[in-house]
Amino acid sequence: MKRYMKYIRPYLYAFILGPIMMLTEVVGEVLLPSFMADIINVGAANHDVAYIVQKGLVMIATAFIMMAGGILGAWFSSKAAISFGADLRRDVFRKVQTFSFANIDQFSTGSLVTRLTNDITQVQNVIMMGLRMLLRAPGMLVGAIIMAFLMNRNLAMIFLVILPVMVVTIGVVMRIAFPRFTAMQVKLDALNSNIQEVLTNVRVIKSFVREDHEEEQFAQSNKNLKESSLRAFKVVILQMPLMMFFMNLTTLLVVWFGGNQILDGSMQVGNLTAFTTYVTQVLMSLMMLAMVLLQSSRAVASARRINEVLDTQVELTDEGAAHAELPVKRGKIEFQNVSFRYYKNSEEKVLDNINLTIEAGQTVGIIGSTGCGKTTLVSMIPRLYDVDEGKVLVDGVDVRDYSLKNLRSGVGMVLQKNVLFSGTILENLHWGDENATQEEVLAAAKEAQADPFVQNLTDGYETELGQGGVNVSGGQKQRLCIARALLKKPKILILDDSTSAVDTATESKIREAFSTTLKETTKLIIAQRITSVMEADQIVVLDEGKIVGHGRHGDLMEGCSAYREIYDSQMKEEVLA
Amino acid sequence: MDEARRERLIKKYARKPVAGADGPKHGPGREGMAVKKPENTKEAVKRLLFYLNADTPKLLFVLFCVVVGTVSSLAGSYMLRPIINGLTEKGGSAQKLLASLLTMAAVYAVGILAQYLQQRIMITISQGALERIRNDLFHRLQKLPVRFYDTNNNGDIMSRFTNDLDAVGDMLNNTVIQIISSTINVVGTFCLMLYTNVWLTIITVVMVPLMLKAAGFVAARSRKYYQAQQAAIGTLNGYVEETVTGQKVVKVFCHEEIAQEEFEYLNYDLRDKQIFAQFFGGIMGPVMGNLSQVSYSLTAMIGGILCVLRGFDIGGLTVFVNYSRQFSRPINELSMQMNTIFSALAGAERVFKIMDEEPEAEDGPDAVELNSCQGHVILKDVTFGYNPDKTILKHISLYAKPGQKIALVGSTGAGKTTITNLINRFYDIDEGSITIDGVDIRQIRRDSLRKNIAMVLQDTHLFTGTIRENIRYGRLDATDEEVVEAAKLASADHFIKRLEDGYDTMIEGDGANLSQGQRQLLNIARAAISKAPVLILDEATSSVDTRTERHIEHGMDRLMAQRTTLVIAHRLSTVRNANAIMVLENGEIIERGDHDELLAMKGRYYELYTGKKELD
Repeated sequence: MKRYMKYIRPYLYAFILGPIMMLTEVVGEVLLPSFMADIINVGAANHDVAYIVQKGLVMIATAFIMMAGGILGAWFSSKAAISFGADLRRDVFRKVQTFSFANIDQFSTGSLVTRLTNDITQVQNVIMMGLRMLLRAPGMLVGAIIMAFLMNRNLAMIFLVILPVMVVTIGVVMRIAFPRFTAMQVKLDALNSNIQEVLTNVRVIKSFVREDHEEEQFAQSNKNLKESSLRAFKVVILQMPLMMFFMNLTTLLVVWFGGNQILDGSMQVGNLTAFTTYVTQVLMSLMMLAMVLLQSSRAVASARRINEVLDTQVELTDEGAAHAELPVKRGKIEFQNVSFRYYKNSEEKVLDNINLTIEAGQTVGIIGSTGCGKTTLVSMIPRLYDVDEGKVLVDGVDVRDYSLKNLRSGVGMVLQKNVLFSGTILENLHWGDENATQEEVLAAAKEAQADPFVQNLTDGYETELGQGGVNVSGGQKQRLCIARALLKKPKILILDDSTSAVDTATESKIREAFSTTLKETTKLIIAQRITSVMEADQIVVLDEGKIVGHGRHGDLMEGCSAYREIYDSQMKEEVLA
Repeated sequence: MDEARRERLIKKYARKPVAGADGPKHGPGREGMAVKKPENTKEAVKRLLFYLNADTPKLLFVLFCVVVGTVSSLAGSYMLRPIINGLTEKGGSAQKLLASLLTMAAVYAVGILAQYLQQRIMITISQGALERIRNDLFHRLQKLPVRFYDTNNNGDIMSRFTNDLDAVGDMLNNTVIQIISSTINVVGTFCLMLYTNVWLTIITVVMVPLMLKAAGFVAARSRKYYQAQQAAIGTLNGYVEETVTGQKVVKVFCHEEIAQEEFEYLNYDLRDKQIFAQFFGGIMGPVMGNLSQVSYSLTAMIGGILCVLRGFDIGGLTVFVNYSRQFSRPINELSMQMNTIFSALAGAERVFKIMDEEPEAEDGPDAVELNSCQGHVILKDVTFGYNPDKTILKHISLYAKPGQKIALVGSTGAGKTTITNLINRFYDIDEGSITIDGVDIRQIRRDSLRKNIAMVLQDTHLFTGTIRENIRYGRLDATDEEVVEAAKLASADHFIKRLEDGYDTMIEGDGANLSQGQRQLLNIARAAISKAPVLILDEATSSVDTRTERHIEHGMDRLMAQRTTLVIAHRLSTVRNANAIMVLENGEIIERGDHDELLAMKGRYYELYTGKKELD
């Protein structure tokens, strides 16, 4: 709650004025019946037309003031709730921007998007409803009861008897209904994921001729859903008749006791009229209150999900950096006894005591089977993850002592999961360097061998890419991503399996460009294809998180069985042929 | 941020506004929503009624309850008039009061009972109808050809089950009944008002068009801003989705600050529009509510005057002021309910549209079973296009014998997968013929044909359930031993055993806890267990690295022995040992032969193999 004060404070006036304006409506609403009672008791009884007209005009004026109050209240509460939501969303997004890779892995992309969109909207809606209703419902409840007491103490006692009974009844109904609705939601989710699964798997189902089997399963979960919905609804529909029961009962009691008082002469008939109105108001406000509570419970779950994001510890920060001003100058890399695991409690180490020195300007190939830790190894250099043991040095300085910005500006990395953003090709390339000139962009594109195909597109560098770069082929996408990284002019360039879809001829041209124009740059290349790394200054062979081979191609062919196995799997028959 | 960048941002992420996705769900804000009108109301109603047919007697009873309930609540409120008059006139007594109150209590009791029964029965009817509609929709989906799934996106189909059927359910549960009861209420109240006092009735009725006018005024603005809000939500969501999906790239390029700046711009743009949208949505209630308070005040004043000048009774005035307040509510509700009904009918229409889709053609009466299939697959001069105006495959002929491995290579879009789609009749060919064991596949019962062809697809989707269940999906009566056997054949046994619960490990969220390569191995195991004589592997090992692929080769060989196998692979090392390799380009087989022959030809295969050409 405390953290949300920050979002309330700038709009405090709106947060206060909104409910207050709404209260003018409430005050009016409870006053009107008493004016009405005056018209009957005084005006009609004394045949005083002037009095009636006067009171009537007061009533009409009150109604218009109420309307103004309602409209202003709507304005302030919209302003308060929406601004609150927008600021909260800004901060959640900012928090996500500070996330380390480990944090990003921890949440799925989809769930982060939901938290930023739906969950915040949910909270925002409830706040708005709260501002509109929360004071209004109890206000009306209290107001009507006070007016009733002022008018006739004895009669008003009826409320005090009936109200608690009602509250308890509503409470019981909601108490029973709530878990049933949760159960229904579970069944509904089950049904939906069943459908989702069947839709994505339609080819599998058809090819294994399992339509009947799927239909049986669906019919079962459909039936389950129906039954649990009925269980939930059966309880909920009791609510309305029960409310009606209490309302009617109260009216009857009021009329009975009130009627007797009128017969005694101890009460005026106009007050009875007003009283019946208060009965309705009290009960309506109770219902409203129940509804608000029900709605808010939905937002609680959303708020919890938002808090999870905001509360996430970002352990990987550069606050403790000893040389925050230092940029990466040369590009020498050293791994000293580096060990790492993704989950602190998992047994297996993803990197196990890695020692490796890479001189500035060298080309290093990294090879090994899937899941052996190649990507993890290179992720340590731009500090996408922090090592558990040992340290990684760049130019002799621990990577934790650079500011993240300086470190990552010095390291260009083409990720395995390439992402291009919607926008033109040029805009995407500018990610590498916002102020790059036309010539620099062109040069980078040429080095990455992207220029020829881009020139062939109708709009050239102005071609719009769809979201995720859907309208270029896999190989073209990879080349664009390389060009984007080159524009950063990094001291260290890491290609994580980023030429897998590029044909070997083009790939060798890229390598050639690297060795001429990027002589100074340290280049790390992760590859599946052994031809991609054969000519490197050193090749690192990883297996289950350990370096099992290290050296040039020739050395490894002789000394490293794992390397030879990979080589054989790709080359043997070609050599034979 | 400069103006040009702003415009680009908006342009880039502006998508179709998502109607109702995040809109105000409560209260009168609904007014503002753009309602999709059904195209053919009559037809949709007719078909919906079909689902209620079985419950006609119950429905009639519900209708009866609605009438009884509404009439008794009207009557109950009217009964205050004689009671109050009895109290003000001379000769009123406690006995008389008690008698009238007891009558009133009885009337109320009947009303409450009727109301409860009506809801209780209606819920059963509507949930039953929903269940039937869902089953029918699902049943039809199972019958639809693959073409349907290829041309419709899943999210869209999914929303028929969720949004559209929700709207239908809402309507069945509440709306219809409310419309009936609101109508009775309006008419009944009007009659009682008229009966109570003509002059006051005129005043109340005159207020109605004024209120409708005001409602229209607010609704029009509300709709305008609501649309702007939806567009802005769409834009912002698009931006969030893309940025968060690419979050790692954002970080690698230190793009966080720019992302934050762009996000804030879109965020505040949304805020500015949303405030207005919510404001106009929110004032509907106060405006309408307080206009009816004005109406109440007017009747109170004029009624009071009438009491003095024309001898109008106090009891009459009491009930009348209550009516005048009630009167506008159902009218207001009616217009809102109409919107709900329209969107429900439009939803129903979309559901029925799927039910009307052409299913896979029924097997002909003379269709045969494919018993003890050998697996001679012959394609003769096959020509096919997904659309009549674009031919994908041209004059394809090939003969695959039992025990043979035939490979298809070529760029994306060359038609490799299309060939496999034709063999198991996901699509029917336009020209030529495909036979299995000499029988034209169109003469074979579809089930029987597909049971004899096992497929391993590129998309490695799995089902929620245990690993064992997923493998057994290939043949439901397989024993546990056979499951393990199949897993061993696919080299999946090794990693499955290392999982915490082994074969009983639950797969959830499409196997997010497994690597892509592991999922592929499970898919292979699923195909292995099926014992089908024809096996189709469509990029089945694309995510397994070459070294592992080498390790599983032995199992794959055993899997393929005795079967007719068609292999599609991007990676040429996978297909080297095939008996025959077909190189496809633009829907034609341009080269065929085994690996050595093709290399010797120095043609396209040679170029691909030596990396002179990119396979895209």
